[in-house]
Amino acid sequence: MYISLRSAPDDMRPQGAGRGAKVSSVVITLGIVSMLTDISSESVSAILPLYITGVIGLSTIAYGFLDGIYQGISAFVRIAAGWASDRGGQPKWVAFFGYGLSALARVGLLFASGFAALTAVITVDRLGKGIRTAPRDALISASSDPDNLGRSFGTHRMLDTVGAALGPLLAFVILFLIPDGYSTVFVVSLAFALLGVALLGIVVPNIRPAEGPSEGPSEGRSDRPAATQPAAPRFRWNQLTDPRLRRLLVAAGLLGLLTIGDGFIYLLLQTRGAFAAEYFPLLYVGTNLTFLALAIPFGRLADRVGRARIFVVGHLALLAAYVVAALPVNGALLTIACLLLLGMFYAATDGILAALASQFTPPEARATGIAAAQTVVALSRLVASTTFGLLWFLYGSQAAVIGVAVALAIVIPVVALLLRRPARVRADA
Amino acid sequence: MTGRSRWWLLSAIAALVMTAATVYGVGEWRRYQSLQAAPSSVDVATGPSLSGPRVIFRNTAVGDDYGRVAAVPLDDPGAPRAVSDLECDRVDATPERTVCLRTVRGVVTTFEATVYGADGTQESSWPLPGIPSRTRLSESSRLVATTAFVTGHSYVAVGFSTETVVTDTVAGTSANIQEFEFTVDGRRVTSPDRNMWGVTFAADDNTFFATAASGGQTWLVEGDLAARTLVAIKQGAECPSLSPDGSRLAYKKDLDPGADARWAIAVLDLATGVEVVLPGEQSIDDQAEWLDDGTVLYGLPRIDAVGDNDIWAVAADGSSDPVVFIERAMSPAVVREG
Repeated sequence: MYISLRSAPDDMRPQGAGRGAKVSSVVITLGIVSMLTDISSESVSAILPLYITGVIGLSTIAYGFLDGIYQGISAFVRIAAGWASDRGGQPKWVAFFGYGLSALARVGLLFASGFAALTAVITVDRLGKGIRTAPRDALISASSDPDNLGRSFGTHRMLDTVGAALGPLLAFVILFLIPDGYSTVFVVSLAFALLGVALLGIVVPNIRPAEGPSEGPSEGRSDRPAATQPAAPRFRWNQLTDPRLRRLLVAAGLLGLLTIGDGFIYLLLQTRGAFAAEYFPLLYVGTNLTFLALAIPFGRLADRVGRARIFVVGHLALLAAYVVAALPVNGALLTIACLLLLGMFYAATDGILAALASQFTPPEARATGIAAAQTVVALSRLVASTTFGLLWFLYGSQAAVIGVAVALAIVIPVVALLLRRPARVRADA
Repeated sequence: MTGRSRWWLLSAIAALVMTAATVYGVGEWRRYQSLQAAPSSVDVATGPSLSGPRVIFRNTAVGDDYGRVAAVPLDDPGAPRAVSDLECDRVDATPERTVCLRTVRGVVTTFEATVYGADGTQESSWPLPGIPSRTRLSESSRLVATTAFVTGHSYVAVGFSTETVVTDTVAGTSANIQEFEFTVDGRRVTSPDRNMWGVTFAADDNTFFATAASGGQTWLVEGDLAARTLVAIKQGAECPSLSPDGSRLAYKKDLDPGADARWAIAVLDLATGVEVVLPGEQSIDDQAEWLDDGTVLYGLPRIDAVGDNDIWAVAADGSSDPVVFIERAMSPAVVREG
């Protein structure tokens, strides 16, 4: 990743140089921005439960409520931010606003000492996340060679996940040295957030692949590389009617409805009793490490054999994870296999979905297209988790997982058919 | 801006931000070190630990005794506190035993429950699946209940998860009460989002009361250890505490259901079903403890200091306003004899 730190932004070529081209330094810089921001946010979210219950003195329900905000809120602002990014042709500055908002929330954390204040701070933080994601992915897409898209997103997601792994570690090291050092964690978290925002604001160019030469406000204009200024029509909703995008949204929605969330799988593994409860947090570390290791290889593979194909294969890994989780036998090996499969699933779908969405969306509507795909997935997974809870209630955990696995086994071939044509014509996207 | 000046600007910001964070961190580390050496900010009695009727609690007075278990005489709560070297997040005690839930900090932070005998020797210890929340001993000291948040369950899309285990120290068995049969108005609830917490034991070492939650609702439940059942007896009540005479339950009640919660302590007469909401301005988030059959104790965070608390006392019939009972303290446990 040191490559990007050495290369000056002025000589970046947002449209890559053909096959075999390296990942753009813009993508790597955006990856480092995400890494710094994730160190910031994950260090806080790792200690937040301890802080809320142990220091502020709130209990179960308050924690559950805050946690709900933490998970749920970002899906709603995502499409609006994608639209704003396309409409104004300022993806960098919309993303900057999102990153900035989350950094601002870190300042608030230093002063928040009650339930209402914490709720406000966490809401602002998650709004920032919702706002920044789609324009940032549009920037990645705009600065990548179309042939290289999977690898670019894989690189970004890998760096992002490194940050998610380092953040909690940093927080616990601080608490180890200063047992009541919550404010130090918040200050360090703020420092990383500011670094990320500064890196984005100063180094990353505002790539507007589809902007007229004299439109829009003038600030940030000098950031724009000359190669990205073709006169092109501005964003319109009807630019999102590419049948391939619509098929992708339907496919992602169908699969999302059968994606029950790792939490349930971890619970299944736990109730089967393959390991002590104290190792429970390690499950998610295992999944993350696999994701981290496989994001780039899977991205490259996707560029070679077709992104839709890898997207489908990723869901086969999810199906295998369900089957392993439903097996009526215990064992550490099975647990590890399950984590590996989950990590594979994320590596094969998370960045690839953004790559697919941008492949099927014209440049001037890209942020909205990516946001649409991500929102469809987020909302359908929310429905999946609720429904799965009900199935668990009605038929028991084992039967519920088997049911979802069977449904997934039926849907995967359907989705493969649905996405087959786009996979073939991907080169001329 | 040229490429070179961009990098200078970025380097300057990075240096500034990292220096500021480091200076702050080192300052905090120094503050913590000197705090460890500083005398306590409240009067502390030295000498052998208190015996006789007493209130034990978690000392939250700033100083080297922060977080340690302390005690004051039942009839003189303002007296200098006797501080032990036990560090606990939550504590409960009887004349025979003390149970302590604590956070063991490290690069991987873990949590544990430990039971001590009357002479301070460790009798048993086991790991908790997450952050300590509540603990209670039965009157006979035979049963221990612990509630912890299950760390990592938060990755279930929305919500939280608790694990509440009742350990029988005589039989050497333990039961996760989430696995008990839970019924509301005769209907079984088996949804996976069930959570149970905040146990209080009756004198028979079999009956207990606790909180059950599912689908965003909470119930006060009556549990039967032998039958492994939980039966909802009232909706919207949390963290019960049974009075010494066994006739009433004090619990948290949400006066403002919805997004904001404003919890007050309410007392339910089990024979008549009459509920009295006790006076008090601040929202209370603690499992109450009975000082005697007429008075309820609970912890409240100090508004002016993060991490500090006071223990308040209020008449159980709602006849008087709450008063501060022990300053800079939380997690009260009343030891009536011994």
